[in-house]
Amino acid sequence: MKQKSLSQKLIASPYLLWAAIFIIVPLVFVVYYSLVDANGAFTLEYVSQIGKYKDIMLNSIWLGFVATVISLILAYPLAFIMARSNLNVQRTMMMLVMLPMWMNLLIRTYSLMILLQDTGIINSALSILHLPNVHMINTQGAVVLGMIYNYIPYMILPLYSIMSKIDNGLIEAAEDLGANKLTVLRKVILPLSMPGIASGFTMVFVPSVSTFYISKKLGGNAFALIGDVIEMQFKSSNNYNLGAALSLVLMFLILICMAVMNRFTGDDDDGGVLI
Amino acid sequence: MKRKMSPLSKLYVAFIMLFLYAPIVVMIIFSFNASASTSVMTGFSTRWYESLLHDEATIKSLYNTLILAVSSSLCATVMGTAAAVGINAMRNKWAKRATMSVTNIPMMNPEIVTGISMMLLFVFVAKMLGVVDALGFWTMLIAHITFNLPYVILSVLPKLRQLDPHLPEAAMDLGCTPLQAFFKVTLPSISTGIISGLMMSFTLSLDDFVISYFTQGPSFETLPIRIFSMTKKRVTPDMYALSTLIFVAILLLLILLNVSQVRGEKRMRNKLNKEAKAE
Repeated sequence: MKQKSLSQKLIASPYLLWAAIFIIVPLVFVVYYSLVDANGAFTLEYVSQIGKYKDIMLNSIWLGFVATVISLILAYPLAFIMARSNLNVQRTMMMLVMLPMWMNLLIRTYSLMILLQDTGIINSALSILHLPNVHMINTQGAVVLGMIYNYIPYMILPLYSIMSKIDNGLIEAAEDLGANKLTVLRKVILPLSMPGIASGFTMVFVPSVSTFYISKKLGGNAFALIGDVIEMQFKSSNNYNLGAALSLVLMFLILICMAVMNRFTGDDDDGGVLI
Repeated sequence: MKRKMSPLSKLYVAFIMLFLYAPIVVMIIFSFNASASTSVMTGFSTRWYESLLHDEATIKSLYNTLILAVSSSLCATVMGTAAAVGINAMRNKWAKRATMSVTNIPMMNPEIVTGISMMLLFVFVAKMLGVVDALGFWTMLIAHITFNLPYVILSVLPKLRQLDPHLPEAAMDLGCTPLQAFFKVTLPSISTGIISGLMMSFTLSLDDFVISYFTQGPSFETLPIRIFSMTKKRVTPDMYALSTLIFVAILLLLILLNVSQVRGEKRMRNKLNKEAKAE
């Protein structure tokens, strides 16, 4: 018996070692780089520069939040319809939702860009109909649309998976007891689907706030998000120290947002729904 | 069994699907454009598909992507399954919780932070060892294994929890060595979790751009990186042709998976029916 538990303990050790070296140590390096200068001497210079990027950070969080909330509003009815349709329809719809998810983010964003351009399909169609053109590309709205378009499947799937588990009997019971549709939604379906909302929220919010490709392609040079600024430090300005300091702040901001979010939805110890 | 969809529901589903698929449809149409324009359709041609066939860099990057996805998902699956078995056996609650928290980090952290944190580690170690151009296949492999591991662990762990701990013990009482008990009893009952972990890591690795972008070097280019550098400049429809091919490949794969799943369920049902009749 003793021998068995020893071998079972040992079997996790390659992973534990791996996790220590490639998960923990890199995060230590982020902290380290944000506190030293190019020569390796301790400095608070980069941390103090963060204040300059306050507006960009707040704007990133705001746009990510708006995109997440709109995704939730759009995805919720769809997930509900999916969960209550017959099995074959469910399977087909699930496939249709997952298919764009497996296409590369770059391709999806790029194809959206073709649609939104001033000379793009939507504006060409408007011209043919003799309607005034709409300027869409390089606006904040386009960036939010891009976030929704790219990440909405990550909202639909956890919602759907939690709603398909809701017992129909509960809804019927509530109806029998005299609840109207709105009350059923508010008192039965919504509370039961909270874990799905929480994991969908995380899965859309985190990548939206930290994106850099979507804002680059759909926002143009008009404004940058925090992801763009970080990417620039590493890929063009070669200012790793400032980049590390900014990433550290981004990480903490997202952690704070998630903690606030968990307050509203209650804890889920299982770490949400795995799709 | 369940109610039919109301017209309003149908309309809503159609609206969301239109939103999800309009850009993709437009892209597919323009991949057959006769001119290099991506906004005006001038005629039908397959020239962009032909030029793609002669684009050696793209074909090479596709090959690289597959190698990376296969090797990283296999490594992550083996190490992750072993880790899940070990974590499941952990008695110390504190150690278990700490391990799970660390496992969750790559899933919770923004991809850009994971990417740059690993890049900093690689750059630092390379500087210490005096290696130039350290970023390449190996650093990407390490990064991909790292972000795949949590998905494997989290899909194997629930299966292990469902497994009755007395079963492997019974096997050992009947004369199996612990290793035999693992391979003959534990492994078969957690195999669905292992396979779904493997599949998930494979597709994640295939699709990853952000983490690859920060841990990649000029010597090893994957398809998403290639697409990124192509979309930096003005894009010609060969990018669309490539994307259309990827789309069709994924569509076929998904249909195949679904059909085999439906067939498997049917077979299961038939078997159950037969057994019920036999009794």
